[in-house]
Amino acid sequence: MTSAHRLQVAFWLALLAFLAWDWAASPAINLRQEPPLIAAGSGQASSGGHCSMAK
Amino acid sequence: MKRLPLAAALAAFFFFLLMAVSVRQAVLMLVGVGMGAALAGARFGFTTGWRQLIEQKNPQGVTGQVLLLALASLAALPLLGQFTELHAALGPPSVSLLAGAFVFGLTMQIADGCGSGTLYKAGLGVPLNMGILPLFAFGSFLGSVHLDQWLALGQIEPVSFSATLGTGGALGLTAVLLALTLLAVRAWVGPGRTWLDRRWTIGAVALALLATLNLLLAGQPWGVVYGFGLWAAKGSAALGLFDPAANAFWSQPGNAQRITQTVLMDVTTITNIGILGGALWVSARAGNDSKPLTGAQWAIGLLAGFIMGYSSRLAFGCNIGAMLSGISTGSLHGWLWVPLAFAGTMIGVRVRRRYHF
Repeated sequence: MTSAHRLQVAFWLALLAFLAWDWAASPAINLRQEPPLIAAGSGQASSGGHCSMAK
Repeated sequence: MKRLPLAAALAAFFFFLLMAVSVRQAVLMLVGVGMGAALAGARFGFTTGWRQLIEQKNPQGVTGQVLLLALASLAALPLLGQFTELHAALGPPSVSLLAGAFVFGLTMQIADGCGSGTLYKAGLGVPLNMGILPLFAFGSFLGSVHLDQWLALGQIEPVSFSATLGTGGALGLTAVLLALTLLAVRAWVGPGRTWLDRRWTIGAVALALLATLNLLLAGQPWGVVYGFGLWAAKGSAALGLFDPAANAFWSQPGNAQRITQTVLMDVTTITNIGILGGALWVSARAGNDSKPLTGAQWAIGLLAGFIMGYSSRLAFGCNIGAMLSGISTGSLHGWLWVPLAFAGTMIGVRVRRRYHF
């Protein structure tokens, strides 16, 4: 295994560890409040974060 | 690495999101995988395209990017006019934007990848970009923490071409500005150049389709930087290093809510993970051809990656969030971002040469 491959394995393990910690540390998701699959035409304005937001 | 186990892992993650998070997030992950596969498969690098234009007078990359902007605008502007649920990527013209875009354009050349470039190259297994990703995230977070101080230097309200001119007017103005961009490129490269390349064209069409799907499903344009900042904000808050309630940006209701939820509910996070996965899937066959770097090149590249993350937040996005999503949804800030980032890039390519990247 080359050093690049070792770094790649470490990278993915670190990402998976972060996601696992985040999942365990965050409150459970209320699936009854699931947003519609398609926002367009749903009647529900999107409320996600975006890099263009100043606030 | 084999593609079958990777496809199985991506499918397992898709079903996990489907069952435990939401159908929308699961499908958006697949959209992200498509974005990663398109970016990595076509090697659709915004940074490379600009560098080829400056150093080799090769217009193919920039032509591909203009095609992407045109196609994405043709889809996004009418959709925004039709569906009130959808949001444009409207950033405020400000000192923060001007300084951030310039520094972003400079550092993305040294780091050899913008926001999406860093993502897909990290997914491909390019060592420098894998190293840059966490620093980019921390820089993006720090930029968001300082954003109110930068905005205090001067800003105006975001300008929407659609709100000002209507959908038709916004489309017309965008078309004129894109045509002027191509004329400026023509003046720089001179006659006798090949403008279109199959790889860039396929990448542009695929990314325009996927960006449109992102807008329709999520209700917001494609973004990269916000998700990274959120990851670092959550980590810093968990370690007790940061109090979101005491910060102007992270105490805003939407941000304060997102920092308490799992990042898997965040739109930009889920497409970012998808992009990494899609690029990894491509790398299983394509591999990566990165050359080993010296210690000095590593240090400079990592520092550039951190500053790139910081500046991307000040600039209200990277080549995706500000340029592609800003321009395609009719935001003036996208059109201010491009010349400033390009001016930074003209210095960045010289710094890159200086350190023999």
